[in-house]
Amino acid sequence: MIDHLNWPATIVFVVFFALVTVLGFFAARWKSADLGDIHEWGLGGRRFGPIISWFLIGGDLYTAYTVIAVPAVVYAIGAYGFFAVPYTILIYPLLFVTFPRLWNVTHRKNYYTASDFVLGRYGNRWLELAVALTGIVATMPYIALQLVGMEKVIEALGFHGEGLYAHLPLTLAFVILALYTYKSGLRAPAMIAFVKDAMIYIFVIAAIVIIPIKLGGYGAIFDAADKVFAAKGGAAGLTLKQAQIAPFITLAIGSAMALFMYPHSMTGILSATGPGAIRKNAIALPAYSLILGLIAIMGLMAHAAGIQVKNPQDAVPQLFLAMFPAWFAGFTFAAIAIGALVPAAVMSIGAANTFTRNVWKPFVNAGMKPSEEAVLAKLMSLIVKLGALAVILFVPTQFALDLQLLGGIWMIQIFPAIVFGLFTRRFNSWALLAGWAAGTVVGTWLSWGPTAWLPVHSVFDWGISAYNGLISVVLNVAIAVVLSLLLPREKRGEIVDADFADLPDRP
Amino acid sequence: MRYLLLILPSIAAIWTPFYNSVEPRLFGVPFFYWFLLALVPVSSVFIYLFARLDRP
Repeated sequence: MIDHLNWPATIVFVVFFALVTVLGFFAARWKSADLGDIHEWGLGGRRFGPIISWFLIGGDLYTAYTVIAVPAVVYAIGAYGFFAVPYTILIYPLLFVTFPRLWNVTHRKNYYTASDFVLGRYGNRWLELAVALTGIVATMPYIALQLVGMEKVIEALGFHGEGLYAHLPLTLAFVILALYTYKSGLRAPAMIAFVKDAMIYIFVIAAIVIIPIKLGGYGAIFDAADKVFAAKGGAAGLTLKQAQIAPFITLAIGSAMALFMYPHSMTGILSATGPGAIRKNAIALPAYSLILGLIAIMGLMAHAAGIQVKNPQDAVPQLFLAMFPAWFAGFTFAAIAIGALVPAAVMSIGAANTFTRNVWKPFVNAGMKPSEEAVLAKLMSLIVKLGALAVILFVPTQFALDLQLLGGIWMIQIFPAIVFGLFTRRFNSWALLAGWAAGTVVGTWLSWGPTAWLPVHSVFDWGISAYNGLISVVLNVAIAVVLSLLLPREKRGEIVDADFADLPDRP
Repeated sequence: MRYLLLILPSIAAIWTPFYNSVEPRLFGVPFFYWFLLALVPVSSVFIYLFARLDRP
């Protein structure tokens, strides 16, 4: 099991992991408050200023899975994987325009989740439930994939086991994570994010300086990758093939629309001290996009370094083992593994808040006190994480990958209810619900391929393919618009236009 | 008009046929890659300018 362990790398890895474990438990005392209150446990008391938010949101959105999967796609087919860069350029204007408004209204009305806002805006419990279930179902596989990212680097340390023992380190790491998230709530990932992000910046900067020196410069790296892709043929290449352009664009747009709809994005952003902190972050967070773009290029560096792996997700870990001393590879792997902890914690908190506030409270136990909400949310965060662990232990990884792909498509379907709802009262809640249902069904149906679930589908017979999330949300919006015009005016929720007015940031 | 500051970098980001080429290279990096990487800080500056105009 540990005969082939790379000891220097493993020791560095374990030291950093132990450090963040201590931080995770210590976080309970940070900005001390009553963690038995869901506002404090699940939203950090909305006390994260611009700098803490920058670390937390950055650590939350740019997940370990992303850091493994994006360069893996670039390694496998080249330019297409780079869609992550235009995608992360599109998200920040959207963040700047929409989330300060959402923060203002959620703070005034004491909301914690996207579904809280939807109920307040439209007064429709079923639309609230649809938004809540979409978020929870889409988040579960996403947490599971963080574990995949973590397991890749544990394998790269040289750990091999049989049967359930193969997952022993992962299980241990995840149980520790579950315990300190239970205790410290959102404060734990916020504190760990400082360490994680600092480590990621260090390894990326080291990689983009040192690897090209070893491999003969960037020109040589791209030329070497070009040769590998030319030999491989098919869709692979340094630039996009004609048929890849429309999927590339629509995938970037659709992913950008979906990202901030996820409960973990909401939780991360709403925990900021105010609209000012969010606007500053819309300006400063692109630093992470640059890092992601550079990590994507590591997929090409792997070709130049002659790395050949069966599973493209092993390319970057193997690149680091080949290019750096073992202790630094261990440092990098620790950064990626810790990078899984932050989003996994925030995702489980976001899903737990949503389940408590928008499924359990309205439909099962209407009379819950905030302290009872916190008890249930803490328990749910444990269940959600154990569920994700069970998926990794007992179900083929492909299942989580497929669900994650579908999750993105489902997530976009709540975009109209939330984003349009921030600016206009014209949409009818039943029209939005009909659009959501149609978008979800059609998006899922389009993705059903003969042998596998696929993210893109041809559009009529125009000769192009587009991302199913985007195709289905266009249908969703069309239905919502037409039905809103046809249906009679309805009684609205409790939110009035003045609730969106800018508040000062909290001290 | 000031909303153009938010829209222009986004349009550039998805104007894929424009940047889908290897040449001109910069320090050996194909245009496709360096254009998109350079666009990231540019978009950030544009959002900053928008924020300045939005809140004098």
